[in-house]
Amino acid sequence: MSQRVLMKGNEALAEAAIRAGCHHFFGYPITPQNEIVAYMSKRLPKIEGACFLQAESEIAAINMLLGASAAGARVMTSSSSPGISLKTEGISYIAGSDLPVVVVNTQRAGPGLGGIQPSQADYWQATKAPGHGDLRVLVFAPCSVQEMVDMVTTAFDMADKYRMPAIILADGMLGQMMEAVTLPEDRGRQANNKEWATNGHAGENRNIINSLYINPDELEKIIRDRFARYAEIEAKHTQHEEYALEDADIVVTAYGASARVAKAAVRDARAKGIKAGFIRPITLWPFPKEAYAKAANTARSFLCVEMSMGQMVDDVRLAISSKVPVHFYGRPGGIVPAPEEVLAEIEKIAGGMN
Amino acid sequence: MTTVFERPKSLTATPNTYCPGCTHGIIHRLVAQAIDGLDMQAKTVGVAPVGCAVFAYNFFNCDMVQAPHGRAPAVATGIKRVTPDNLVFTYQGDGDLAAIGTAETIHAAARGENITVIFVNNAIYGMTGGQMAPTTLANQVTQTSPFGRDIKSAGSPIRICEMLSTLDGVAYAERVSVDSVPNIRKAAKAICKAFEIQKAGKGFTIIELLSTCPTNWGLSPVESLDWLRENMMPYYPLGVFKDIDGGKDNG
Amino acid sequence: MAKDLNAILAGFGGQGVLFMGKAIATAGLLEGREVSWLPSYGPEMRGGTANCAVCVSDETIGCPVVTVPNAAVVMNGPSFDKFVPKVEPAGVIIVESSIVSAKVCRDDVEVYYVPAMELAEKHSLQGLANLILVGKLLAATGFCKMETMPDVMKHIVPPRKAHLIEKNFEAVQLGFGL
Repeated sequence: MSQRVLMKGNEALAEAAIRAGCHHFFGYPITPQNEIVAYMSKRLPKIEGACFLQAESEIAAINMLLGASAAGARVMTSSSSPGISLKTEGISYIAGSDLPVVVVNTQRAGPGLGGIQPSQADYWQATKAPGHGDLRVLVFAPCSVQEMVDMVTTAFDMADKYRMPAIILADGMLGQMMEAVTLPEDRGRQANNKEWATNGHAGENRNIINSLYINPDELEKIIRDRFARYAEIEAKHTQHEEYALEDADIVVTAYGASARVAKAAVRDARAKGIKAGFIRPITLWPFPKEAYAKAANTARSFLCVEMSMGQMVDDVRLAISSKVPVHFYGRPGGIVPAPEEVLAEIEKIAGGMN
Repeated sequence: MTTVFERPKSLTATPNTYCPGCTHGIIHRLVAQAIDGLDMQAKTVGVAPVGCAVFAYNFFNCDMVQAPHGRAPAVATGIKRVTPDNLVFTYQGDGDLAAIGTAETIHAAARGENITVIFVNNAIYGMTGGQMAPTTLANQVTQTSPFGRDIKSAGSPIRICEMLSTLDGVAYAERVSVDSVPNIRKAAKAICKAFEIQKAGKGFTIIELLSTCPTNWGLSPVESLDWLRENMMPYYPLGVFKDIDGGKDNG
Repeated sequence: MAKDLNAILAGFGGQGVLFMGKAIATAGLLEGREVSWLPSYGPEMRGGTANCAVCVSDETIGCPVVTVPNAAVVMNGPSFDKFVPKVEPAGVIIVESSIVSAKVCRDDVEVYYVPAMELAEKHSLQGLANLILVGKLLAATGFCKMETMPDVMKHIVPPRKAHLIEKNFEAVQLGFGL
């Protein structure tokens, strides 16, 4: 096993991306993700054939990804909420062109310029409307610096396998904090052997990367084929973590940074004799519906904790077909809830059930 | 038997989708000939815009990528940075390049991005039905300037080659026209020169081609050519605006 | 099994509170324990108040947000006002008394007043007041072994300041011995 190191989430993710063979990065400054751009600007110029480029805008950066991915490279960009809004056009084109890319969103508070503190207010954007059109993107939600590292590798592999964009939905807390991490082995640049890549072919062998299908019948078929792939991903690649669910009356659920807080509160609740359990979606799309449905067979209520006004809560209700009540506790605007606040909510619900 | 005329290898046998009398077809041919001339068909990647040339990926017989509206220079940047030995060109109209894609155009040029931009200026949005473009002339009537382009409100048309030639990253900028045989010959040479400069890794190259849009101008193809000469050429003078190899202005 | 540390380090931007946190977290890392370091970030870093939360534990760190610290080092007035009331009973509070003149009005906590800046001046350790306080925190909480500290300094002192590794360690020792 390689040695543990102390690294910021943003920097650890950047290093892990390089080690996963991502030697092309296009970015633009925005707090709180700047460490990723800065790290790439330091490391990539030292690798032969690699490319770091600070684009003139988020829009340009995502379109540089489109080109680089079309040419066959493993490629990544990173931004934070307002910048991701600008990238949605490109993400839609990339999804419509069946190209693999990885986009990191170190979320901050919105709407508008919002704030720069950690937030989870881009759940809807990432999981429901990452761009116009019928499309899905893979959404990974790390909750520790180690997961920032591990998920970027998975995101690249999955994006390549299914030829689609992947979003790492992190937040300012995960990006800025340091934890001990073990970095993966350096896999080196991945061979540019994608047979669909536009990297130089003539005549009948030529490749076209395109999202335009003027004939609706043709476009319908392409979208249906794409959704068949999405269905396969939902069946095979949904990930979640669960804790103390066996006898849980109250299931607390959260993803990312707020999951750290929520799980701590569940532990405290157990110490007080409350039968609390915990589900954490690791993939937000595909959403771990079955885990919730199963828990709803025995639990008497759910509590969804988010750093927003409640964006995942409806997915939880859908997953359990509203079989039992789903409560919500959230802090918007850039505030990380404290474990005591969540514990108080759990106690309130537990009290109401007796 | 001697072949006196044939389709360039870098064009497909697909019938194009342009209106009768439109000069896009000529420009496609010139670009394809230049690629053939450098024997680069299997090492060329083109980027199609949004606009009339959106289907360019069906017509150029090489690898092609279709870009979002205005973003072709950014897409081309991504391609070129991954495969620097390939010849990479964008094919863009005036709305795509000089309105929605202005930032991408200027910054690719400023970086000296080693790509070639084929800029088709016909002073109007063609695909969407003839709206005012950033290059629409003063007082020119379009669907969205029904009383003629009002300079007080809409500003003056942008001269792209002149503007870009002030940037250090630009290796070659020339404006040509496809209104006559001599001018078409000059245009062919300009495109070849731009590709050669790119092959030599010298920086950003742009060839602006004055082109017609008979359909949206409401003129016959022949009248359109006259209109181009009488109205566009005085405002958009032909010539070389930047040549790092020190070539002389031929306009 | 060593006790968990859930510390808040707070002061003005420029006093080196983030570096203090890094020293503590690195010590935990080198001793094979679980650690987290969570900074306040943004405009606060530029001249306002800065703080960071550091956790060291034998278990996986649950929540890296520290709302009820068991140790706090406060290096300016605003941090004193904000964090002193939050420290858990029987917790440790270390006050940089060259800057903060206030006294802690609680009798359920362990309080140490360390005039770190003055001590740094006196012992030719200018700019290392923060590490004197780390030394005192180590003495008060035992968050790591003293033998680990020289190695910590090698890890966290940037290469361009490598000649100051000795001085950094001296500052920790000075604080430890107070």
